[in-house]
Amino acid sequence: MSDMKHLSKTPAIHPVHPAEKPGILVKPGAEPVLKATNITKWFGENHVLRGASITVWPGETVCILGRSGSGKSTFLRSMNFLEDPTDGTVEIDGVIVGADPFHKEGSERQERIREVRMRAGMVFQEFNLFPHLSVIENCVEAPIHVKGMARKEAEAIAEKYLAKVGLLEKRDEYPSRLSGGQRQRVAIARALTMQPKVLLFDEPTSALDPTLVGEVLKVMADLAHEGRTMIVVTHEMDFAHEAADRVYYMDKGEFAEVGPPEQVIDAPKDPRTKEFLSRFRTLGAKK
Amino acid sequence: MNMPSTNHQQDQLASAVAVNDRRRESAWRLRFRLVSAVILALILLFIGTYLNVEASFITKVAPFILAGAGLTIAVSLLSIVLATILATFGALGRLSRSATANAVASFYVSFFRGTPLLLQLLFWYLALPQVGIVLEPFVCAVGALGMNYGAYMTEIFRAGLQAVPGGQREAAVALGMSERTAFRRIVAPQAFRIIVPAIGNDFVAMLKDSALASAVTLQEILWRAQNVGRKEFKSLQTLLIAAAVYWVLTILFTAVQNRVEARLAAGDRNKEMKG
Repeated sequence: MSDMKHLSKTPAIHPVHPAEKPGILVKPGAEPVLKATNITKWFGENHVLRGASITVWPGETVCILGRSGSGKSTFLRSMNFLEDPTDGTVEIDGVIVGADPFHKEGSERQERIREVRMRAGMVFQEFNLFPHLSVIENCVEAPIHVKGMARKEAEAIAEKYLAKVGLLEKRDEYPSRLSGGQRQRVAIARALTMQPKVLLFDEPTSALDPTLVGEVLKVMADLAHEGRTMIVVTHEMDFAHEAADRVYYMDKGEFAEVGPPEQVIDAPKDPRTKEFLSRFRTLGAKK
Repeated sequence: MNMPSTNHQQDQLASAVAVNDRRRESAWRLRFRLVSAVILALILLFIGTYLNVEASFITKVAPFILAGAGLTIAVSLLSIVLATILATFGALGRLSRSATANAVASFYVSFFRGTPLLLQLLFWYLALPQVGIVLEPFVCAVGALGMNYGAYMTEIFRAGLQAVPGGQREAAVALGMSERTAFRRIVAPQAFRIIVPAIGNDFVAMLKDSALASAVTLQEILWRAQNVGRKEFKSLQTLLIAAAVYWVLTILFTAVQNRVEARLAAGDRNKEMKG
């Protein structure tokens, strides 16, 4: 029993990596908006995450790189508890939720998870738009039924963000009539309409036809430059290089290297990062 | 050599192809109807020549048998409503993480699919009175048909709910919806569209299975045909009349079902068109 208690106990102190420093758009003196501490995940016998921590200040964009199976998506999905971590703590905008591996906590924790999710908008690899709802209905569904917002107000906000992603004229269209790139841009507008503190992107361009990747990355870069707080799991090196304040390289469930893109991408120190990036270069050269 | 080169020639070719396609299609439909009519005519001819059909007898008993159609339709409608309600709870139970709900639903499905419908019907009518529960034949029929079909439809509803991709629920809860809201607003409406045609199918099947209620003295179509036929030693005629009534009912409700489905599909298209 005491052993179990020890296991689910998380360190009270959040370790900030020496390379984690507030980015250029962060207001001086601002506190981190997201702190994930010692995130650990076991899938059965499989140790997917080995105590990874991350610190993000408001206004920052950080990218998480790593080969498939490294645990980067699982880590991102732990931020809003789509994956329930085995150990660790997530704090977003002052809401703290710890791991609950033995399912001892009840509905109060579920409510806090909902609070976290309302503060962390997510964009999925497969878009996951609601096919039975029009574009505008996709956007206002959660503000109305989660926040209790008036429809008019929600629609005004949604229209603002649809305009931002360049799809206001598709407001009454159904998702089935949109291209992949348009769907993903609607998904971004849908996340934004909840007015979250942080945006989580889970390989947002990986399911797209190569010709449609650019329009989505453009929207994401615009958001990054206007000071949205974003965590982006991606294979798009150019995007990471151009838009990220910091890049994290994940290997076997832990961050092998953290730093500004010029360092991690252009001059990696860790042999694992070097090996990963050299593969990218080879592929890139063949293109 | 004869390749059409000008736009005009291409237009002519296109319209000639279209005309030819239409002609072939209408010829096919004509042959289809002709063969169907011949089959029906042969059956009627066979009945008319080899069997002793008395027009007077038919005109006498046909209204009596037809009068059972109301009960047949009423039993079927009420049963499908009951079955739909049971199937909704059954499917939720089968997908529930609660061991209790899951066990109850699984047991229900297993038992009612694992025993004959006729036995279940007789159980309501003959066995329940032994423990002091005496029910009208109509109630027995609706209860037995509804519970039996509910068990089958539970599995259909469950499959419909599972056909909605997991990413839909994930996207909903990631926006802060509770599991309940995500189910009600996102998953259930999508599952419903998958399930509706199956409910229509089951209703048409139910129209015919309701004939089993004749075994518990419900005076629906088959009961009437059987009784009047036995009495007059003319079961051949009365059963053929009953068959015709069921057949016509099935054709009518299948047509209704097709229209509803077309309306649903059209609704989707219209919705998609707007904007």
